[in-house]
Amino acid sequence: MARIRPKLALWKFASCDGCQLSLLDCEDELLTVAGEVEIAYFLEATRATVEGPYDLSLVEGSVTTPHDAMRIQEIRKKSRLLMTIGACATSGGIQALRNFADVREYAAIVYARPDYIQTLATSTAIAEHVKVDFELRGCPISTRQLVEVISAFLAGRKPQTPPHSVCVECKIAGNLCVMVGHGTPCLGPVTHAGCGALCPSYNRGCYGCYGPMETPNAPSLSAWLSKLGMDDDALKRVYRTFNANADAFRKESERHEG
Amino acid sequence: MKVRTIKVDQLARVEGEGALRVVARDGVVQSAELNIFEPPRFFEAFLRDRMFTEAPDITARICGICPVAYQMSAVHAMENALGVVVDGPLRELRRLIYCGEWIESHTLHVYMLHAPDFLGYEGAIEMARDHADIVRRGLDLKKVGNSIIALLGGREIHPINVRVGGFYRTPRKRELQPLAEDLKRARDQALATVRWTAGFDFPDVDRDYEFVALRGDGEYPFSDGRIASNRGLDISAVEYDEHFEESQVEHSTALHAHLKARGPYLTGPLARYALNSASLSPLAREAAQEAGLERVCANPFRSIIIRAVEVLYACDEALRIIDEYEEPERPAIEIEPRASTGFAATEAPRGMLYHRYQLNADGKIADARIVPPTSQNQPSIEEDLKTFATAWLDLPDEALRHRCEQTIRNHDPCISCATHFLRLEIDRGG
Repeated sequence: MARIRPKLALWKFASCDGCQLSLLDCEDELLTVAGEVEIAYFLEATRATVEGPYDLSLVEGSVTTPHDAMRIQEIRKKSRLLMTIGACATSGGIQALRNFADVREYAAIVYARPDYIQTLATSTAIAEHVKVDFELRGCPISTRQLVEVISAFLAGRKPQTPPHSVCVECKIAGNLCVMVGHGTPCLGPVTHAGCGALCPSYNRGCYGCYGPMETPNAPSLSAWLSKLGMDDDALKRVYRTFNANADAFRKESERHEG
Repeated sequence: MKVRTIKVDQLARVEGEGALRVVARDGVVQSAELNIFEPPRFFEAFLRDRMFTEAPDITARICGICPVAYQMSAVHAMENALGVVVDGPLRELRRLIYCGEWIESHTLHVYMLHAPDFLGYEGAIEMARDHADIVRRGLDLKKVGNSIIALLGGREIHPINVRVGGFYRTPRKRELQPLAEDLKRARDQALATVRWTAGFDFPDVDRDYEFVALRGDGEYPFSDGRIASNRGLDISAVEYDEHFEESQVEHSTALHAHLKARGPYLTGPLARYALNSASLSPLAREAAQEAGLERVCANPFRSIIIRAVEVLYACDEALRIIDEYEEPERPAIEIEPRASTGFAATEAPRGMLYHRYQLNADGKIADARIVPPTSQNQPSIEEDLKTFATAWLDLPDEALRHRCEQTIRNHDPCISCATHFLRLEIDRGG
């Protein structure tokens, strides 16, 4: 008798496609995963679609249009488990920079006819709209962590994605601290682990693409960063990138608004 | 009057979200519209007031498939603004990381997105049930491209090691050596890919395109060269705005680019090959010849062979760079900002990518303009549909719809990039 495989769906909202591409980037695991789950909706990879309900929905991207705000409700209704993948889905992404500006001005800068453009004033995380069962961080997510999340789902266990800071990953990697060693500003102390301390391993400071760790002390880090010569505007900008709308980063950036 | 409408509401196997609407009246296609409904993200707006050093990391996020192209156009435009030329081993390393992106992105498109159309599958995973060895070869080849980007850039998607002036850290010669072994295997796989794709059934169609691409000075272009066309265009990136214009259409959140007073043009593999085939490596040139490619190919369905040839070239070029590599004295040139304007065009896998930045004296961006390949190709894609679909109107709806989707996929559109893209609707009347 044929085994019933769980149905996997992949949904895209406002994003660069990089996180769903991460699944196609699991070159060694892709065909194995495709054997274990039924890929029921993954338009980037296949025209064939299967009707819901779905056992696992992976959601990439943020909500930026009235239509998408309705679409996520429909997706939630037909998904047993819903996980967000990446900074856009988890915090609103780089496009959440509009949350600090006037989106009509933004549209007028890019488009001659901004009135043709349907968009919301904000870019928001999926969890601000529906219940999310698990959030995978990163801009982009790590393929290693993605395989872990899918394996955990298949085994019926919780995914192992440590919530500590990038600093811990630097210690594990045996890196020299770029801040102490070279005076290079680094967001590692407040940033969620997962990348394996990539930037410090390449002699640059972490720029926070995994978003805030659990209980970060951003004001303390900012005090150290200003001793390294960063002014308020630089501090505001450093927290306002790919996770600008994540609570801890948003508040800290607002503290340095002129 | 007999009217027939064919719609595709969500185009699959393209990067991003788009749809297509084709309207036929009395057996003739009247219009073909590629609707891009990817939500706009306003990159040019929020780049304002960021430092010039931040552009490579920010613009990478426009596209998860070709972030290296965005980083390369950004760093070259900034260096153009600030009067710096990055040469020697640093330039070679930039070519090497671009080789990685061409191998990764082209192989993804050839094996996972485009080949299933020719072999009658819904996608690569379905194709793998009958052709597991072929799909594994594709995945293996793609992985080698990704490992170049991961080694030089830190990771495959949104690399962290590219900066204005060079890199944060440059590799030791011995770090590159293991890549050479993988690349020798990849080169054989790429050659097998050229032969495999050359055996597909192609519709016998041609279009009279104006091909626009960088023309390298004796080398196949990544980031350097003049912007040239097969109809006499020969300009530097600085002159781009004088010759090209963008307009907005109601059915798309992507702007459409045209050559002023001339109209649609095509960028990408067909254009690069038409203007640069003589500069391919001997192995890639021979493979192209063996695959039956003339010096210019105007059949967009055969673009899959040219992508395979470019993957072969990228493997060869990467091997050359690794072999000749000498470690640079420092990883980057330090650059001081000043009030200035900079321009650059580089060759993303799917076509030319233009960036222009205006900088203030303190190095902050006053104005940014980005013209992605799909904005440039969208009018030509619509022309392809108008030209080809009339001959296909006898096909039943599902077959016609599939043919139209394939016509779009020929150009590997990157919709996330262009928004700043697909549903298919065919209106046949009656």
